[in-house]
Amino acid sequence: MSEELVFRFTVDGEDFTSAGQASVQVKKNLRQLGLSAEVIKRVSVAMYEGEINMVIHAGGGIAEVRVCESYVEIILDDKGPGIKDIDLAMQEGYSTATDTIRSLGFGAGMGLPNMRKYTDYMTIESEVGVGTKIVMRVNC
Amino acid sequence: MKISAIRDLLEANVHCGEGKLDKEVSSVFGCDLMSDVLAYAGDQAVLLTGLVNPQVIRTAVMMDMVCIVFVRSKAPSEEMLTLAKESGIVVLSTDMTMYTACGKLYSNGLVSDYRVK
Repeated sequence: MSEELVFRFTVDGEDFTSAGQASVQVKKNLRQLGLSAEVIKRVSVAMYEGEINMVIHAGGGIAEVRVCESYVEIILDDKGPGIKDIDLAMQEGYSTATDTIRSLGFGAGMGLPNMRKYTDYMTIESEVGVGTKIVMRVNC
Repeated sequence: MKISAIRDLLEANVHCGEGKLDKEVSSVFGCDLMSDVLAYAGDQAVLLTGLVNPQVIRTAVMMDMVCIVFVRSKAPSEEMLTLAKESGIVVLSTDMTMYTACGKLYSNGLVSDYRVK
């Protein structure tokens, strides 16, 4: 592909039942582009975890997926409360989620570690009170 | 094991995906925590869960699972079934508990030695 393809979504932070919609759509789009099943799964799981996090912690945000020749890039940008201690947040099992979120099946402290596990590259920029930007790449 | 055999062993109702009951599956993940399904399910084809919300269906979609079984008589909503149909996922429900449902499947040959570490 000579030009990259970009999919952009606004993630609604108000309604938990819709959380994950953008990731399902991305999975469909990537299938149509004929990417390998493994790449599609890794991209969609990483994005899904990020999308759920955006809804749980940040009141929504913007998700962008760029399909390039040698990798797929996921950019998650929110104006939420920010992450105080990124190293701590990256530890499996650490979570600040409420009991309500846990009762919905999430908030086990596996989101960020899982995003790193499924991707080849991941950076987190976060400022308390300003927001968080996560960039992830999965090589094709 | 065919999905139809799972239905029979668990005396389950079929909510959608009747046309795919002949599909062969070889592994199961039983869990109410979607975070752990995403972290540990590997290539497991069937999800047994007692959690009922649209994210159960979306989690299964993300993990390329082909069948969801709701245990403890949990009933999926219409919205969830619409999502499952769109993605071609078979949805079953059983009156059995998670423990009994897993035991029935395990003792009938759906065995996995998968460890998380």
